[in-house]
Amino acid sequence: INHEHLSSVLTSLCVSPQQEGLDDGPDFLSEEDRGPRAVNVDLQTDATLQVDISDALSERDKVKFTVHTKSTLPNFKQNEFSVVRQHEEFIWLHDSFVESEEYAGYIIPPAPPRPDFDASREKLQKLGEGEGSMTKEEFTKMKQELEAEYLAIFKKTVAMHEVFLCRVAAHPVLRKDLNFHVFLEYNQDLSVRGKNKKEKLEDFFKNVVKSADGVLVAGVKDVDDFFEHEKTFLLEYHNRVKDSSAKSDRMIRSHKSAADDINRIASTLYTLGTQDSTDLCKFFLKVSELFEKTRKIEARVAADEDLKLADLLKYYLRESQAAKDLLYRRGRALVDYENANKALDKARAKNKDVLQAETTQQVCCQKFEKISESAKQELIDFKTRRVAAFRKNLVELAELELKHAKGNLQLLQSCLGVLKGDT
Amino acid sequence: MSEERDPAALEAEDDLFVSAMESPEAARLSAEDISPSSNGPKAEPVLLDDDPDDPDDLFAEIDEDEEESRDTFDIQISVSDPEKVGDGMNAYMVYKVLTKTSLSIFSRDEVCVKRRFSDFLGLHSKLASKYMHMGYIVPPAPEKSIVGMTKVKVGKEDLSSVEFVEKRRSALERYLLRTVKHPALLKDPDVLQFLESSELPRAVSTQALSGAGILRMVNKAADAVNKMTIKMNESDAWFEEKQQQFDNLDVQLRKLHASVESLVCHRRELSVNTASFAKSAAMLGNSEDHTALSRALSQLAEVEEKIDQLHQDQACADFYLISELLGDYVRLITAVKGVFDQRMKTWAKCQDAQVMLQRKREAEAKLQHANKPDKLQQAKDEIREWEGKVQQGERDFEQISKNIRREVGRFEKDRVKDFRVVIIKYLESLVHTQQQLIKYWEAFLPEAKAIA
Repeated sequence: INHEHLSSVLTSLCVSPQQEGLDDGPDFLSEEDRGPRAVNVDLQTDATLQVDISDALSERDKVKFTVHTKSTLPNFKQNEFSVVRQHEEFIWLHDSFVESEEYAGYIIPPAPPRPDFDASREKLQKLGEGEGSMTKEEFTKMKQELEAEYLAIFKKTVAMHEVFLCRVAAHPVLRKDLNFHVFLEYNQDLSVRGKNKKEKLEDFFKNVVKSADGVLVAGVKDVDDFFEHEKTFLLEYHNRVKDSSAKSDRMIRSHKSAADDINRIASTLYTLGTQDSTDLCKFFLKVSELFEKTRKIEARVAADEDLKLADLLKYYLRESQAAKDLLYRRGRALVDYENANKALDKARAKNKDVLQAETTQQVCCQKFEKISESAKQELIDFKTRRVAAFRKNLVELAELELKHAKGNLQLLQSCLGVLKGDT
Repeated sequence: MSEERDPAALEAEDDLFVSAMESPEAARLSAEDISPSSNGPKAEPVLLDDDPDDPDDLFAEIDEDEEESRDTFDIQISVSDPEKVGDGMNAYMVYKVLTKTSLSIFSRDEVCVKRRFSDFLGLHSKLASKYMHMGYIVPPAPEKSIVGMTKVKVGKEDLSSVEFVEKRRSALERYLLRTVKHPALLKDPDVLQFLESSELPRAVSTQALSGAGILRMVNKAADAVNKMTIKMNESDAWFEEKQQQFDNLDVQLRKLHASVESLVCHRRELSVNTASFAKSAAMLGNSEDHTALSRALSQLAEVEEKIDQLHQDQACADFYLISELLGDYVRLITAVKGVFDQRMKTWAKCQDAQVMLQRKREAEAKLQHANKPDKLQQAKDEIREWEGKVQQGERDFEQISKNIRREVGRFEKDRVKDFRVVIIKYLESLVHTQQQLIKYWEAFLPEAKAIA
């Protein structure tokens, strides 16, 4: 079996998130997640518009998501329909929200991260190349694990794309967006080609200017206490979440490495058990069996920590950035409003172009007030969502940790009982 | 030596041997069928070499006592209180060696002496040169470490040098315990001197880069080459089987050792990363403006901090219980293999002697027809000399084979016990870790649920 065959086996991996018994290996998305996939977000599922990703296909360089919609809204031709979308189309939708003036006063749900199977594919390739240097059992074992890892990453990317759509569908204003409806319903390719180099460069400069601006705007003290508090809070919170997210990732990686070591130890103990000529052979075999089981549990612990903790933090890293962006937009609008005021005063003093200045000032005022009004509600909702999501995930994390520790304990104690009884 | 015994006594020894070994093969072990090319049964006493170092008699006593002394093995040794003596590159660590025993061979119930690392190496070197060629498995001394020791000498008081000293102290203790567990070595005067006498002549030849050290390396290389060229005609399946088993065991133990070392490393890493995450979570909790969530995050930080300590403790257990045991056994098996090699060498020597004898006989036959009475007499003398050497060689081979069987039996018994004890202890440490984890998360759960 050469490595090309290996990767082609996986490129045809078609995952239906609803299918239960697909993975024989450790169950990376536990039962708790199979329901509303909104792991990180506590959303009301509304009968008027329900969106989910019912299927996904991983191909060599892209992932195809089947977006499934159920709706009683009159806008749609049918009550239930599905389309196939790729990652770029999600990004297009997200960017269209960000760029729209209409939605300046809302927290735009953060875009899902790009599906990244590179690391996993590389590992599989290395495995294929090193096949000759290991026993058949070892190879099969490692292949199963890498496949499970690939599957887990795959499920995660599906979940993240789904969460994005659900957030949009749950938002009272965004759900009505035309682009969103096109995204859901139009069953042809949206022809949203990946941005070419020139456009990417333009984006780069836009971001640079924005962040410089952001610093400027953030420096201006806000008259409104609520927003002033939010600004201070979000700036610090975002940085802390970023740090926690990175640290939790590192912690979980170490955990996985340790589980892998236990796996190797179990294999070697098994070989020792089959070869030993003394009474130790039974001993080694029993302990090998034990470690096989405990390391599966350890891998589950790492996976659950990843889902409940690391993913939570990553998500709120992105959401807090989106909230910051909202504050920035409001800040920009405030600056524009203040400038318009100054311009109006000047115009009145010179008695020149007063009408125009008045119009501009009014437009700016309205824009600012509109953003402020919706921003306030958005930020309050953000807090509510955040607290609910943390509560749900921390409780589930603790429950899962307990479940696994108890499982481990039981295995260890029963094995000890047998081993001590033998002597 | 066997010349002092009559055949009846010889049999008595075999019986004792059987009872001590509990192994059916030992019953087969009679003087006749060891050597592949023997000239006949060995019942008649042969009086040539007087080997003062042959502890046959000693062993006879031990076989009797071995069963009892195994159960009432009353000697405790501890190596403790590492102390640095001197400064700079001439500095060294001195360890306190405390022996508590009720065995009569010791002059006192409790003896305390100060020893340095090279003393231990010197002891091993003496024991190896005395006993290895007879097929006794002499426990190997802990390894030298130029890097580790240099750090200590230079005075770095950091964590890694503290760990190094502790690792070494523990290894030295295990070394001594294994050495005294060996019934012959326990009674060896060098061992007794090491444990009891307050002054010990400095073992200079153990220095890594000394003349003796280089010589050792050269000899080892020569041995390796010789091993490849000796093709032994193995008539005893037991030895072949055992050799294969030890080879397999060596491979697997090394593999296991490497995996465990990796585990220790990753667990330590996990501990560090968990501590780092705990701090980060505490900061996050501080900046969270929802009171209940803020408190819960602080609690999470505390839980993770406790867990990081747990991981650290577990990594220590991984290391000191399992990793070091495996390291010891990898080195022990090298000693076992060395003993098998000694047997091969002994066989080769015996073969060489037989070749010589044959030549001498041929030479004598030729001289029969020449008229040189002096030379003929000399040839006859030489034949007698070489006949003696052949018989000695065969006896040596027989003896070393017997010793090895006994040693291997003892070694395997110890191995089973060691691994059983250590693995059970290790599993108990894992149980403790899980119990603590349960405690911590159970305390946290209500805090998480209290977020409103």
